[in-house]
Amino acid sequence: MKKLAFAFAAAAAMSFAAAANAAPVKVGIAAEPYPPFAAPDAAGNWTGWEVDFANAVCKAAELECVITPVAWEGIIPSLTGGQIDAIMASMSITAERSKVIDFSDKYYNTPTVIVAAKGSGITPTDEGLKGKIIGVQVSTIHEAYAKAHFPDAELKTYQTTDEGFQDLAAGRIDASQADSIAIDAFLATDAGKACCEVVGAVADDPAILGAGVGIGLRKGDPLKEKFNAAIKKIREDGTYEEFSKKYFSSSIYGN
Amino acid sequence: MLTLIQFTGAASALELLAWSPPGWGATLVAGLGKTILIALGAYGLGLFIGVIGAFGKLYGGPVAKDVLGAYTTLVRAVPELVLILILNYALRGMVNELLKVWGYPPIEFSGVALGIGILGVVQGAYSTEVLRGAILSVPAGQIEAARAMGMSPVLLARRITLPLMMSAAIPGLANLWLTVTKDTALLAVVGFIELTKATSLAAATTKSFFTFFMAGGVLYLILSLGSTLIFGRIEKWARKGQRFVGRGS
Repeated sequence: MKKLAFAFAAAAAMSFAAAANAAPVKVGIAAEPYPPFAAPDAAGNWTGWEVDFANAVCKAAELECVITPVAWEGIIPSLTGGQIDAIMASMSITAERSKVIDFSDKYYNTPTVIVAAKGSGITPTDEGLKGKIIGVQVSTIHEAYAKAHFPDAELKTYQTTDEGFQDLAAGRIDASQADSIAIDAFLATDAGKACCEVVGAVADDPAILGAGVGIGLRKGDPLKEKFNAAIKKIREDGTYEEFSKKYFSSSIYGN
Repeated sequence: MLTLIQFTGAASALELLAWSPPGWGATLVAGLGKTILIALGAYGLGLFIGVIGAFGKLYGGPVAKDVLGAYTTLVRAVPELVLILILNYALRGMVNELLKVWGYPPIEFSGVALGIGILGVVQGAYSTEVLRGAILSVPAGQIEAARAMGMSPVLLARRITLPLMMSAAIPGLANLWLTVTKDTALLAVVGFIELTKATSLAAATTKSFFTFFMAGGVLYLILSLGSTLIFGRIEKWARKGQRFVGRGS
């Protein structure tokens, strides 16, 4: 019976180069260094908290997963187009995105903060950013937030969060808005230590900033239930805390 | 003091480019491998389309001529980058959407296959024009003589047109090859990890931008120099028996 099932799966895989259930789940991550969540190492492997999370959640859901790097700005078309099956790229659950894709339950939630040059006097308000150049990553909640809440600041968008940080360190922009964890990772680098400091969290706007980070899935995909159960499971059995300890001193799950 | 700084700079650059981790050498060379693989595939596909396209444009019926004319005009008019974005996101989604409507499972395109497909279609349009020009450079008398001998069109192409057009086609085809090796870098925008993407990932992760982009540049230069050497040889072979008229390099 098993042999027959295998033969059938192999035949299906051969005829379509993609089988319905036998094929591994392709977990899309953004093809950019986004420490400490995902970054390539020298051997070309992706490592980081979110990669550990993907492995843990796939194991708990008894799914075979492969990490597939795709460009961030095309990650939703890649999902809907079938190039990947799930997005685990620190994507916040927002109403705007929920029109196109489904989200699992959130798996982490961290504040949005603004980083600027030391002693710049910038505050995380429209007043404090008036006439300043603020850098954000394209197609993120940060871009949407800065557009809506900082009309008097000049907005500069980057393909990756990291490029924005590099320009901030080089003094080409005045501030960057990003996830607090990503900013902490930047401030831990030599360039970050030398130039910049956190000036504070932005005022919350749940409509734009969303309700934490979830796994992005195609509309109606039954993977959603599997992943929700798996997230619950790794939260309860301590796996989540286990791999999180490697990266963070306190929990990033949020409330 | 200065020499010390230079020395430590060079040492850390060498460490970063070392073959095995923590050096990124192997990752960059793997990226170069992907680049060459896609370039070879796309070039081969382009030549295949080009030969058919050139003969079709010259000797085909009115419909074939119009279709091929539209193909070369459209593809050469749209920037490769835009074509890559259209084919990667829009076409892939459309095909799978259609398959879903008809009740088939989605097709999976690998990055390499997609790269070869897109760049091959682009190369095909340019190859068509290069080869068409080369075919026209074959003296009409030779072709008439072959027809008078009773050669079939295929035999005529194989024995007369293709060998005689080679010398005129090689410089243009060499250009196309060098173009396609660098066009592969455009695939980095869709997140495909070839040489450019591997280089920028290494640079962004280590923050050693200068070291890695220089290394990436050197790898492209090596590829280009090696290709020039090979095409020089091919051209020499294609021109045997002709008077020396200066050789492309």
